[in-house]
Amino acid sequence: MAEQIMNSGWRRWMESVGDQTVFLTSFFRNVFSGGFEWSEFVRQSYEIGYKSLTLVSITSFIMGLVLILQLRPTLVDFGAASMLPQTLAVSIIREMGPIITAIICAGKIASSIGAELGSMKVTEQIDAMEVSGANPVQYLVVTRILATTLMIPLLTMIGDVISLFGGYFALNFTDDVSFTLYFTKCFASLDFTDYLPALVKTVFFGFAIGFVGCYKGFNSNKGTESVGLAANSAVVTASLWVFFIDMLAVQITNLLFY
Amino acid sequence: MDEVNQHKEGAEQPSAKTDEVMVKIEHLRKCFGSKEVLKDINLTLHKGENLIVLGRSGQGKSVTIQCIVGLLTPDKGSVKVFGQEVAELSNDELKELRTRVGFLFQSGALYDSMTVKENLEFALTRVLKIKDQQELDQRVKEVLEGIGLPEAIDKMPSDLSGGMRKRVGLARTLIVKPEIMLYDEPTTGLDPITSREISELILKMQKKYKTSSIIITHDMECARITGDRVLIMNDGEYIAQGTFEELQHSEDEFVKSFFLDTL
Ligand SMILES: Nc1ncnc2c1ncn2[C@@H]1O[C@H](COP(=O)(O)OP(=O)(O)OP(=O)(O)O)[C@@H](O)[C@H]1O
Ligand SMILES: [Mg+2]
Repeated sequence: MAEQIMNSGWRRWMESVGDQTVFLTSFFRNVFSGGFEWSEFVRQSYEIGYKSLTLVSITSFIMGLVLILQLRPTLVDFGAASMLPQTLAVSIIREMGPIITAIICAGKIASSIGAELGSMKVTEQIDAMEVSGANPVQYLVVTRILATTLMIPLLTMIGDVISLFGGYFALNFTDDVSFTLYFTKCFASLDFTDYLPALVKTVFFGFAIGFVGCYKGFNSNKGTESVGLAANSAVVTASLWVFFIDMLAVQITNLLFY
Repeated sequence: MDEVNQHKEGAEQPSAKTDEVMVKIEHLRKCFGSKEVLKDINLTLHKGENLIVLGRSGQGKSVTIQCIVGLLTPDKGSVKVFGQEVAELSNDELKELRTRVGFLFQSGALYDSMTVKENLEFALTRVLKIKDQQELDQRVKEVLEGIGLPEAIDKMPSDLSGGMRKRVGLARTLIVKPEIMLYDEPTTGLDPITSREISELILKMQKKYKTSSIIITHDMECARITGDRVLIMNDGEYIAQGTFEELQHSEDEFVKSFFLDTL
């Protein structure tokens, strides 16, 4: 019995890896096959990017603020209070900014893509597109995945800057730091090897969020409950992917630059 | 069993409008898991003919026509459309075939994120590659007038009633002027007057564009108005075929039960 369950679990896992590979190949084939849907891409970028901006801004601001408040006592103990901006900048740019934005977006965007495509599947809209001779992968999947791949890095950059503002705000509760000095200190501590790996990994985060959302929605079953299932498992899987990519990214960065 | 054979023989000659074969299905079998939905389906659709498929719910009528457009692949048997075996087509050939076959979904399947106009233009701009806005507007207007909903042009599908959605779904299929039409329950859920209008529209399309259609329906009025030939499906097979009148006066208990209300 136990063996049976193990076997079927293993088999299902292998099957889903196979399905995802097929899906990924069809994505790349369609990206390069021409007939790109520009207006849908722009619409999706707006939906995905602009409509997540408020949420990302609020969480990023709070993140910067909280980090300063948390770091301050420790650094003061070490007599390194003047290092606060640098410490904050490094942790935000390298890690907290990208990961917080990606997790927020996995929750907001992957789930909505999963639910939207899932319900299109259930109501036979995807079949209808296919039967009309149009290409649902081109119209629905390529646009969404490229939109997240572009928008998550942009949202992260905006979020990073807002976090630094949050930190400045918090620092002014206790210390009187000039705006120029604060930002000079922040950016003085950063160089190319901080920005580039962070940017590259957010591109992968974006891709993973779009890909998982689309895959789960596009391959959901034809029952009403499968829409919720698609949304839910999109969030879970996308979040896991984000952490997994983050772990790989730090290893590769260390290998390359240090 | 005798009656069944009698109907089959009786149906072969008179009803077909021409001899050109549009769809030919032979010994089609389709299972989902261990459930055998289609056992042995044989069907021929001639050019210009309206073929009605009757059968109880869940018998695999929708599955049959999904095999014709390659949405589902048969487990066994052959499905030929325009003389080509559907399962053996390449992606491009399948796409080409699909532009010539219209499919009306049971649920309408309108794209909810688009207005009615965008729904209608979707295949025109992407598949037929019509870029001329004037021609697009002209065709949209024409087909919307055909279904009697010119005022719905800028509405979203969620703002339409069930019957309106069905009609827009029909318009979306007809706008590309397909040679073969597959109607999955075109009149279900509509009031008798609209049902009649749709049935007459189907008939008009057949006359005007010489389309050949397979019409799945539970609506005997629609079957009577539109059908040249009727097939009755049970248990994964066709058990009777003939013209509406022939089957109406059948001796077979099961066949008779479909026509009870029409006599
Ligand atoms: N994609 C699918 N996967 C699994 N089972 C399916 C699938 N499509 C249809 N079935 C099963 O095949 C059977 C026949 O379905 P189908 O939709 O063809 O019935 P139908 O004759 O069209 O009935 P109705 O008149 O209610 O529309 C059903 O039992 C259904 O559960
Ligand atoms: Mg059906």
